[in-house]
Order: sequence, then C-alpha cells, then structure tokens
Amino acid sequence: MAAMLEATGISKSFPGVRALQDVNLRIEYGEVLAVVGENGAGKSTLMKILAGVYSPDAGTIHVDGRSVAIRDVSVAERLGIVLIHQELNLAGHLDIAGNVFLGREPTWGGPLRVLDRGRMQRDAEVITRRLGLLAPARTLVQDLSIGQQQLVEIARALSLQSRLLILDEPTSSLTESETARLFAVLNELKQAGISILYISHRLKEVETIADRVTVLRDGKNAGDLRRAEINHKAIVQLMVGRDLKQFFQRHRPLTPGPSPPAGRGETAVVSARGVRWQANQPGIDLELAPGEIVGLAGLMGAGRTELAETLFGVRPMLAGTIDIDGKRTRITKPADAIAAGVFLIPEDRRVQGLILDDTVKQNISIASLATLSTWGMIRPGSEESLAQRMCERFKVRTPSTTQVVGNLSGGNQQKVVLAKWLTRTPRLLILDEPTRGIDVGAKSEIYALMDELANAGAAVLMISSDLEEILGMSDRVLVMHQGALAGELQRSELSEEAIMNLATGGVHPISANGGKGGEMEGAFRP
Amino acid sequence: MKKLIGIFVFMVLLYLLILGATDSARWGSNSFNLGQRIGLSGILCLGAGLLIITGGVDLSIGSVVGLCACAFSFLVLKFAVWIPPYTQGWAEWATPWIVLGVPAFLVMVLGALVGAVNGLVVTYLRVQAFVVTLCGLFIYRGAARSIAQDQIPPIAEHVAGVSEFFQGQFLWLPIYVWLLLGLFAVATIFLHGTVYGRYFFAIGSNEKAAHYSGINVDAYKIFAYVICSGFAALYSLMYVIHYNTVQPAQTGNFMELYAIAGAVLGGCSLRGGEGSTLGMLIGTSILILLPNLTNMWGVPSQLEPTVIGTALLFCAILDEQLRRGLTWRDVFEHIWYGHRWKYFGVIVFLGICWLLRLLFILAMS
Repeated sequence: MAAMLEATGISKSFPGVRALQDVNLRIEYGEVLAVVGENGAGKSTLMKILAGVYSPDAGTIHVDGRSVAIRDVSVAERLGIVLIHQELNLAGHLDIAGNVFLGREPTWGGPLRVLDRGRMQRDAEVITRRLGLLAPARTLVQDLSIGQQQLVEIARALSLQSRLLILDEPTSSLTESETARLFAVLNELKQAGISILYISHRLKEVETIADRVTVLRDGKNAGDLRRAEINHKAIVQLMVGRDLKQFFQRHRPLTPGPSPPAGRGETAVVSARGVRWQANQPGIDLELAPGEIVGLAGLMGAGRTELAETLFGVRPMLAGTIDIDGKRTRITKPADAIAAGVFLIPEDRRVQGLILDDTVKQNISIASLATLSTWGMIRPGSEESLAQRMCERFKVRTPSTTQVVGNLSGGNQQKVVLAKWLTRTPRLLILDEPTRGIDVGAKSEIYALMDELANAGAAVLMISSDLEEILGMSDRVLVMHQGALAGELQRSELSEEAIMNLATGGVHPISANGGKGGEMEGAFRP
Repeated sequence: MKKLIGIFVFMVLLYLLILGATDSARWGSNSFNLGQRIGLSGILCLGAGLLIITGGVDLSIGSVVGLCACAFSFLVLKFAVWIPPYTQGWAEWATPWIVLGVPAFLVMVLGALVGAVNGLVVTYLRVQAFVVTLCGLFIYRGAARSIAQDQIPPIAEHVAGVSEFFQGQFLWLPIYVWLLLGLFAVATIFLHGTVYGRYFFAIGSNEKAAHYSGINVDAYKIFAYVICSGFAALYSLMYVIHYNTVQPAQTGNFMELYAIAGAVLGGCSLRGGEGSTLGMLIGTSILILLPNLTNMWGVPSQLEPTVIGTALLFCAILDEQLRRGLTWRDVFEHIWYGHRWKYFGVIVFLGICWLLRLLFILAMS
C-alpha cells in the first residue's frame, strides 16, 4: 500500500553546508512519526522541504503514491501538508477565528467581500472545541497562553484540511499540563487518520507519543525504530552514534574543596536577602557558596527567570540586599552586576544573548571590549586572538570567527554566549535554561564547563526545566513556586518527585515531618 | 562591501556623465559647485546615518536646522549691537570673532540640547522615535519662526567675511569638502574603530542583547541623538555662512528626508545595525549628483524630488533582492520573466505623463 508520504534520496546543500544527503522518510496514514537528531542534523531542513519552504537539490517525494513537486508552501497546503513552526506565526491582534481563517475568510456580498464574522466564529469554534480549546473564537490571540496559541495553529492547519501535520518542537514553551493536552489532541487526530510528523529534543515525549522514530545524524539517515524498540537509550545511541553513559553527572574535584553546605561558614559568593521584584511577593533569600552548583527548579512562570534577571540588574529590584563576596553591592543595571562578577546566560539566546547578524568574533568580544581597546579604540588583533582562543576552548564549530552567528546551530550559538562571558572569570554564573533546544554533544560540553567553573571556585546558579539535568548537575536544588522559594533540597534528598512536589505547591518532606527544619534557616524562609 | 562597490561605481558613473554633459570650460566651476553642496549636505547625512545605525530615526533634523539658523542670526545680531565695533588694537580683529564665535558655540550647545531632549523622551519615556521627532519637526519649526518673528534677519553683512573664506578653496578642493572629509575621518574612526561605535551597531542590531551584555543602552542612544542634532546645528551654521540668509519658515525644510535618503542610499538599514560612514558619503554624493545630471539632460528641476525618489526606490528594490542571496542575474531574470509587464507599465505611464506635459507646454505657449 502506498504511504501517505514517501521521500526518497533527498539532498540539499546550502553555501558551505551539506544539510541533507540522500535522506529517506516514509510516513503512513494515521501515524505519528518522530524525527529526532542533534541540532544541525538536518531535521528542520527536511521538514521545510516537505512543507515547500525549500526545494530539494535531489530526490523525489511521493504523496499517496503519486510523485509530486512541492514548489512552494501553497502546493504543500493543497496536498494537505502543514508545517507548524517552533516560533508561532500568529497575528496577535486578531482573534482566534481571524487567525484560523487568515487569508481564507468567509465573506458575503460578492465582490465587496464583507467579512462573515458569524460564520467565521462558528466554524472556528467547531474546530477549536474539537481540540479542547474552550476560549470563545473572538478572544484575541495575544491574550491566550502559549499552549492555547499552539492549539490555534493546529486549528488553522485542520481548517486547511491538513492530512499531514508537521510539528517542530511544539512543546518547547509549553507547561506540563499543556503538553499533556497537546498529546491528547494529537492522539485524537491520529485516530481520525491524520499523519503527524513530530520533531522534538525531548526524548521522553518521543517515547510517549511516537509510533515510529526516524533518527537523522549529520544530514543522513541514522536508523529507524519501531514502536516496540523505542527507548531513551536506543534513540540517544542512534543520535550520537555512541553510547553516552551518564552524560550529565557533576564531577566533583578530587581534592575536597569547600564542599557545601559545610562551606556555609566561610563567605558566600553571593548572599541575597529579601529580594523582591513585585510588590506583593515574599522576599527571597539566597546564598551560594564558592564551588557550588545550585539548581533552580520550578514550573514555568514560577519566577525563576525573574529572580535571575533581578540578580543581574535587568529587572529593577524593589527591595532587598545583595552581598557579593561579603561586600554589599548595589545592582541597578547589568553593568553593575558584571563589574561584581555576576554573569547571566539568558533564557532566549537568540533575543537576549546574541546579536544574530553579527559575527562570532563580535559577539564574543562585545562584553569585554574595554580590555581589548586602547583609548576607546578596539585593537583588531587582540579581538581576533581572543575570539580564536575562546572558539578553541569552547569547541565552537564555525568555519571562521567572521562567520555570522545566526548561521550556526543552536548548540554552537549557546557556546558563543558562554564564550562571551567566560572571557573573564565569573564569581557567580547564572545560566537560564542553558541547554534548551541544543544537541546532546553540545550539552555535555556545557556541563563539563560548568563543572570546571565551579571547581575553580565560582558559584553557579542553573535554572532548568529539565529535571534530569537538575538531578545530574546540582549540588543543591532550590525550588520556586509562584514567585517564592518553596524549598531547598540537599543532594541526598534529590528526586524528581520531591522537586515536582515542591514546584507544584507541596510541602518539603523534612519540614512536613517537623524534623530538621532548622537546617534550612538562612537559605530560605517560606 | 559589495553594495558599497556598487554605489561607488554608480557615483563615479554619474560624475563622468555629468562631465560628458557639460562644456569642458565649465567642468571646473560645476564640479566646485557640486563639491560645495556635497560638503554641506554630507554633514547632515553623517549625523542622521550614525543615529540610524543605532536603530533610531530623526525627522526633526530640518526643523533643528531652521531653529539653529534662526537662533544663530538672532544671537549674531544681538552681539553685534552689544559689542561696539572697536577700531583699535587687538579688539579690532577680535570683535568679529566674538560676534560670530560665541553665537556659533551657543548654537552648537542648543543643537546638542535639542538632541538630548529627543533622546531622553525616546529612552526614558519610551515613546517611539518616529513620533517624538515628528513632534519635534513641528515644535522646533515653530520655535524658529517665533525667534525670527517670521522676518528674514539682516545677517549678510556680519557673515560676509567668514563667508568669503568658506566659499574659497584649499588645495583645489572647496573648504566645505575639507570640512566634510574631516568630519568623515572622525566619524569613521568613531564608528568603525572605537568601542562606542561597536556599541552603536550592537544596539541597532539587537538592543536587548546589548543591554544583557552590560551596555548602557539608553546613554548611547541619547548620545546618538545628540550627535545627530549637533551635526544639524553645525550644518545650520554653514548654511547661514554660505547663503548669507535665513528664511525662518523654509530653511532646512525636508532636509531630514534628504539626510535619511542619503544614509539609506549609502547602505544604512532603517532597522538599525547596518551601515558605514563611507556609504553615507557616497549616498549623499549621489543625491547631489543625480539631479544635477538629469537637469543637464533636460529634465526640469521641478522633477528633482521625483528623480531622487525613483533612484532611491530602485536602490531599495535591488538591495532587497540582493539581500535575499540572489545574484544580479537572478534579479534580472526575476524582473524579465516575472514582472516585465509591470515595469513596462510604469515606463509607459511615465512616458504618457511626459507627453502630456509636452502638450501642456505647447498649449500654454
């Protein structure tokens, strides 16, 4: 029987890069096929070829057994193939109905083309109800949560009579419950015979939802896994081509340094008291000892990023004090934080971390130009040698330091952000979701780096939604819930359940026992 | 870089065509005249270009020119009354310097202040630059007219001496050209050599990332507005000295558009983060050379804005095509196979307009 879609021998090159080489892909009717691979493995390129954004250099595509040439997006849509990008493409100022039918609005009055709002809303609601999106169709899209917006995108795809839905990292900004909802919707669509191509870095999700997994590596097919064969280890093996055991485990120095929390006695690297950035919010107390990696866990919107931004001076601090190395420090702007040795690797590297149009060199040097200049004049030689040195040290894979950063893969971009800050020695390094959306290889390099920094005596505060990462890397975990510190877990108490319990408003296991509650004094006051 | 070579070749071509269209006897005088005009308008273009690189825009340049020109005339006339014309000793030669120099200094300060106000409203009150400077366009023009009481100030006799110097030449080039080259050198070092220039580019490309990198974004943005208005003040001084007159309601009108057009023609992106001083220099030259050439070819000077607008539009279209990674050949094929009828349509339309105009002239005569 003919497959819903079969792509054979797809190749595609960009200037300087062979993105895809002879790749095959087959998807049946009503099947969820997950496509996984490291960043730069060619997943996005392949999806864009299927959706008509790019055209392949070689290869054939068959839909329903017939050979087709997907020249542009409209051809793909006519074939029923719709790509939902990682960054949602919605008009925020229009309502749900307006977005679902954008460009195909039902009208009356013949050539006058007056909008038939009533029909638009009714039709839109039929689809959104089916997806479990209960907001009325006249709600403005900008007022919806990211998860709901995602459903609007899917509704739009369905209204196009889509038969193959391509989802590129759909859950990267969804909460747990929104993800669960999305999966329920996808299962329902699958029952209705719609094929789904699912791209994700989150292997757990892939295990949950995929009927089959196709793994790409370096632009080539690395292997396929059937439902029964899908497990975390097997996928990772195919992705990296080697067995990555314990790729995130904190490596402590052999010589016993000041190991926290015993190190509390000496001067903390950073000691914050009563930090607030909102009026109706309990003050947050925070203490990090030298050589400590502290995980900061919590659900989306718990205030983790806000806390990091307040410590870094991006967000104005309403109340509270911050001591760095025992010295009272006023941090009102990033420059103050940087001067005190507090660096932030921001959450969204493309928006806050990098200047995408600039070169690798310019991005690395931007925060340390003062040391690379004489009388305000930049010394090109110093800048170049610094960039070279950092690229080597961080294993940034780039043809040259004059490559435009936007052309690098996500992992390499993140390494450039790290390189930008680690041209100097941090006292406190705050990493906000440092490994989001980057491949396993780059991840382990970043972990190694965090180890190195901590072992050299810096304090590291790592915000992450990836519990495995938190469990693997942290010496101690702070959990936030609704803008407050909900609790602290020592290494011995760490478990996914304990973290999720605190993050969702549960009680600390020990303080619930009325046991050693006093131990946590100074670290947090609920 | 490729873009710069493109517009540079275009500029040279324009100049050669101008030479071809003039009597060789008038080559020198015409070139000298063009040089003076480029030297003058280049000042504005550099200021506007530096601001555009930070992602800002200033629509009030023309009105700032008007305001500063009026303020300068006003102050010169006042000082001329306050300081009696001494006829002996050092005071004899010092007097004209004080009468012109002190007002010139004060006007530069005024320009910087205006820029600081624009910048402060844009950064601290978070109003869009476009809106702030659009309001400035009205406000400063009104201020200019009220200072001068809508009269043309009798300034000519006071600036005549200086005027003679500035209209002269040095090493075969007009003084204005030397002035512009000096400013160009300073701006080039500033923009392409110093940390501050790098920050300008960073802020224009991604303000947020610049902020997260510890750059004091607001301060640099205000600085860019100060530079832009400061250059406008300098231009106004040169304007008064060169033309010996100020028309409160007209002086500087539309200059902001010429300045922005020159910068854009020279490769600055209004989205910010892109551009070079050399490009601005070439862009502003083209803006002066092109209408001169079409004028010689018989296109009436009334059509000058149309010529400039058309050239700018074509450049912008080409730029956008080339930005998408297309080659010149692709662009040509795209136009030829995809849109030739549209372009033919535009050309035919222009031709019809031209014919109608000829008929109209015939009917009038």
